[in-house]
Formats: sequence, structure tokens, C-alpha cells
Amino acid sequence: MSLAHRLAAKIAQIDGTTLPVGTLDITLYRDDLGMRGTPVIRGTDIPFSIKDKTVILVDDVLFTGRTIRAALDAIIDLGRPTAIQLACLIDRGHRELPIRPDYVGKNLPTSHRETVAVRLREHDGEDRVVIEEPEEA
Amino acid sequence: MGWTRKDLLTMRELEAGEIVLLVDTAASLQEIATREIKKVPALRGKTVVNLFYEASTRTRTSFEIAGKWLSADVVNFSASGSSTSKGESFIDTAKNIGAMSPDVVVVRHSSAGAAELLARALPCSIVNAGDGAHEHPTQALLDLLTIREKKGHFEGLHVAIVGDIAHSRVARSNIHGMRKLGMTVTVAGPPTLIPPFVQELGAKVSYRLEDAIGDVDVIMMLRLQQERMTAGLIPSLREYAHYWGLTLDKLARHARPDVLIMHPGPVNRGIELAPEVADGPYSVILDQVSRGVAVRMGVLLLLAGRKGGDGG
Repeated sequence: MSLAHRLAAKIAQIDGTTLPVGTLDITLYRDDLGMRGTPVIRGTDIPFSIKDKTVILVDDVLFTGRTIRAALDAIIDLGRPTAIQLACLIDRGHRELPIRPDYVGKNLPTSHRETVAVRLREHDGEDRVVIEEPEEA
Repeated sequence: MGWTRKDLLTMRELEAGEIVLLVDTAASLQEIATREIKKVPALRGKTVVNLFYEASTRTRTSFEIAGKWLSADVVNFSASGSSTSKGESFIDTAKNIGAMSPDVVVVRHSSAGAAELLARALPCSIVNAGDGAHEHPTQALLDLLTIREKKGHFEGLHVAIVGDIAHSRVARSNIHGMRKLGMTVTVAGPPTLIPPFVQELGAKVSYRLEDAIGDVDVIMMLRLQQERMTAGLIPSLREYAHYWGLTLDKLARHARPDVLIMHPGPVNRGIELAPEVADGPYSVILDQVSRGVAVRMGVLLLLAGRKGGDGG
């Protein structure tokens, strides 16, 4: 969410256009309900029409592509945009669906069992991307 | 706080954290009601059976809408027009419904404990939609969601529940829920309609409407359940309405100006609630009904979405 706000702020700085920013909760569109534990619904908050607009989906880490698949369905349920594009800060590979980003901050080769955490000043007090190794069981 | 229960049977068994999780989930789901396309795919391929042995308008309809907005297949069973009229027992009917592999069965029955009986007999999730004078947890949850939206918090609020407490599953579920969330509850009604031991649930008791509504944030009026009354518990409807009916005049003289008036429905206009109060500025009765759909979506989602559940 903060990433989207930051991008909107940058765009406003560069050419003075203020773009509306909203939040999409994709929990209700996931394909793994019942496999991940209690679903946490934070709510979708998009207080503007997306009909006939170009929508840029922003996510911090692109991995299997399943979240984006769910997000595409969730967006299209809200209206018919002209186009949907995808921006992500980190692309770590390992796609399980035919999904590609339009804008990438950094390609980051990772192994399947690592996790990638994006920390943002707004939430975590620092801007940092961390690759974490799972502890051996 | 995660959700691990197979069933939602009572407010009594829930922890405060579970109640807040249910209310939070419902609050976030309310947005779906404002969409042009009111449907999300979360429960695609799930089957919800509404098994109703008692009359219902709000509860059955809102479970049905909730299931459909989440893309579940919803089947309605009502005792009239079923094999119940041919003499089939409750548990036999339930087992037969269970044999059709539903994911969730929502049950309303005139006997206390009916939902728990089903929960033991069937492997699917059971939701109690009212069992006799015992509990009605989704009503309490929608009341709590309405209260939090209007007042902003739970802790420290004082609620008066007024009327036929003895026959009220709504009162019982609300007392359990509200006490766990740090609220004060006063029940008020004629002595014949106040059940014994209600203080043991943590409620205060008042026998005078004017005293009970004096210093509260919420007044919850209950319907006089004449269909459950066997003996003459009140002298007459007119007398009950005179002493226990809530009117604009009594509100103006005794209640706070920011009080909320709630009622679980159906309202007996002119008995427990004057029409000007039911339709008046303090009333949030229809807000309660709208929240009911969100609460039932939340319940269905958490039951079907629990880890190791039938979800997948």
C-alpha cells in the first residue's frame, strides 16, 4: 500500500498529476482458502471508479503469480478497466502462472525455500529488502 | 487470534478474541454490499443448508444472501412441507441432509441444544441460528458490530436489555458476548419474565423501565414471545405496553440524548416499542439487519476457511 502511495507521490512530483490510490483485499479471491489458516479480511477500499481507466497493480514481491491472478479477478469484479498493468519492487522468479510484470524494481534470484521481506519506512522504520533463510528443522 | 472451531454454537464458549475476530471480519466484508456486482468467489463449490424448524424472516434470508454473495450454493429446508410432517425425527432428517455432503448446516430449532446435537452427529460445520430460549450467536454478533460502529468501542459501554428476558436467546447470547468485551449489562422486565440466576451470567437486574434506561448507551428492546408462553406471565398486553413499552416520552424524560435503540425483530409495534421510537432518530433497527448479512458472511467464511477444514 505504501509502495503505491510512494509511486503516486513520485508521479505527482514529476508531472503534477495526482493519481487516485486504493487498496485491494484479495483474500476472497484466493485459490487456497482453508490451506493457510484463518483468512484475514482487511477490506477493499477503492473509492473511485476504475471503469475505462488504466489500473496499475502494485505489489512488493512477485513470486508464484497466484496473488496477482486473484487480484486480476478482484479488480475486474469492480468494473471494466481499459488495461491493467503490474508493477513490483522485487521479482524473485518461480512463477506458477503465465504472469509477467510491466515494471520491475529489481530482479532477485532466490531459492524456493527462501523468503523475501520488503521493509518500508512507513511500517518498519527502514527501507530495506531482506532475504531470509528458513531455520533448519 | 485464529479461528479453529468446526462449529459456531454459542457466545458462551467463545473467547473475547474470537468474538472480535468475527466482528472484524464482518466489518471488512460490509464493503461487498456497496458493490455493483455483489458476489465474490470465496466459497465457490461449498454447499450451505439452511435447516429451519422455526419461522424466520431476517435470519434465514440473511444467511441465504450471505452464502450467495460468497458464491456458495445455498439450499433452504423448512420443516413445513418436508418429511417432518410424515413423522421423521429431527436427527434422522439431519443425518439425511448430512449424507448429501454439505459444508455448513445452519440450524434453527425450538429446542435448546439442537445445534449442539447436530454438531456431534455431523462432520460438517454447524451454525446455531437460534435454539429455543438458549442462544442465537449471530444475532449477538450483529448487535455487537452495530454497537461498535455507532459507539466506536466496546469497553465500558452500558447496555439495558428490556422485556421478555426469560424466553430470549438473544438476551442470553448478548449477555455472554458483552460481558466478555468489558461491557455492563442490565436486564429489565416484569419479575415473571426475568429468569432465575440471570445475575450469575454477570447481568444486573432492574424491575422498572425508567430506572433501567437512565444511564445507558444502548437500549435493546425484546419482543414479547407470546408463542413460547404457557401460563399468564403478564396480566394483559395493555398493562405490559403501559409499564414496559418504550415511548418517545419515556425516552425524553429518562434516557440519554445519544442512546441507541435496538431490537432484534420482529417488532410488536405498540407493545414493546412505540412506532415513533422504532422509526425514530435513535433507532438503529434496520442497521442491525444490514450488518446481519456481513456477520453471516464472516461466520461462513471463517468456518469454511479454517485450516484443515473442507476448504481447498
